[in-house]
Amino acid sequence: MLARVLSLSALIAIWFVAAAVAHSRLLPGPLAVAGGLLADIRSGELPFELGCTLARVVAAFAIALVLGSIIGFLMGRSNRFNRYADPWLIILINLPALVTIIFAYMWIGLNETAAILAVALNKLPNMAVVMREGARALDPRLDDMASAFRLPVMTRIRHVLVPQLAPYLAAGARSGLSIIWKIVLVVELIGRPNGVGFVMGTAFSLFDMTKLLSYAISFIVIMLVIEHLVVQPLEQHAFRWRKQRA
Amino acid sequence: MNSTHSGGENNALELRIDRKTYVNADGVAVDVIRGLQLRLGAGEFGALIGPSGCGKTTVLRIVAGLDTAFDGECRWPGERRLGVVFQEPCLLPWRTVDDNIRLVLPPDRAKADLTDLIGTLGLASHRAHYPGELSLGLARRVAIARAFAINPDLLLLDEPFVSLDEAVAARLREELKALTGSRNVTTLMVTHDLDEAVQLADHLFFLSDRPARVVLEHRLTVARALRTDAFVRATTDELRAALSRLDR
Repeated sequence: MLARVLSLSALIAIWFVAAAVAHSRLLPGPLAVAGGLLADIRSGELPFELGCTLARVVAAFAIALVLGSIIGFLMGRSNRFNRYADPWLIILINLPALVTIIFAYMWIGLNETAAILAVALNKLPNMAVVMREGARALDPRLDDMASAFRLPVMTRIRHVLVPQLAPYLAAGARSGLSIIWKIVLVVELIGRPNGVGFVMGTAFSLFDMTKLLSYAISFIVIMLVIEHLVVQPLEQHAFRWRKQRA
Repeated sequence: MNSTHSGGENNALELRIDRKTYVNADGVAVDVIRGLQLRLGAGEFGALIGPSGCGKTTVLRIVAGLDTAFDGECRWPGERRLGVVFQEPCLLPWRTVDDNIRLVLPPDRAKADLTDLIGTLGLASHRAHYPGELSLGLARRVAIARAFAINPDLLLLDEPFVSLDEAVAARLREELKALTGSRNVTTLMVTHDLDEAVQLADHLFFLSDRPARVVLEHRLTVARALRTDAFVRATTDELRAALSRLDR
């Protein structure tokens, strides 16, 4: 923890010195950025724009997570389904994010549906690939146990299946979240009238580096908060049994 | 030295496997079992004995309903409450001992008092432990407790004491004797250990090499509690002699 604090302090110090030496509007110092950040928070602009982005992230993430997990699971369990679905998956994986976004906007229109769908489609194949491996790694002995004891379907899913898939779900979700954050900004930059990406696009056209930096920092802070307050505690709870070893 | 096959009793296990094959790596169908029949009366303890790889576990999987690709018929006893103890304990590592045992209970018995069962198997101080904290012997006890928790009509045991040291295995055999002796449960155990079969079972079925069939049946009429070491030794010698006569 101390190392992290020292490392971040060093980064801010370097930034401070570099800004003082450069003395340019293209590299505002930490104090100027902090002032801009506070002003945007007070005016309510920053919370609103962050809220818009966050809502898109959550929606796209949920769609990619649920559909990607189901498709990946089915591919892992059925060779026939895998044979048919695999070429689609390869095409989607190799399709650049920008192409998907432009296609979605052109076919569906410049609206929320297109924006969220484009982001979800970018993440879905990665989620499917991870979950396919998870489904392939399921322990057939536990499946036999569940069948022999005639466990009800919901009990099997909840207590036998999901815990086995949990590490894959967690890995896919974590990498997915980081990808989705980034793609949502591009989607907003290209075709939405609000959100962090839209604001950064406007700031770029105005060469407003203070705003760009203040939004980038607030974005990073939000990601760290989600990582430490949501993702890590959830993982620790789900995998608490792993700490126990004979 | 042998008994005749008889049927008709409702609460009995009746198994007939005309043929069971599997396809090997070269795509060739190989007979694993052919013409195997066995019948266990209600509450009887049967043992399937045979050489490694002869298909004993396959027979058990067929009885458990885990393998349905065979020609023949399997009739189950009672209300179809089945308890299985697999060769591996097959516990869920993310559930505690208590939760692993309760997992198989029907909803109306989810809060059932399992103190006696858990106490009999010496698991009282391990209820809150995860399987990763248990030795193999303790994990096997949990698997046995789980199978008995549902009050099974039919209990299937697949080499439940294999790879345990003899002292632990002997203690577990005694615990199994106590549990099966106090319940009216029809039991079928797979083992390659003739001593173990003679100690525990009432009805022995000796299987041939592949394709497996029953080559010898033997009923033990002496109560389990009265089977001394000398009795077990004499009986196993007698059975080995009978098997070698069959080989000739």
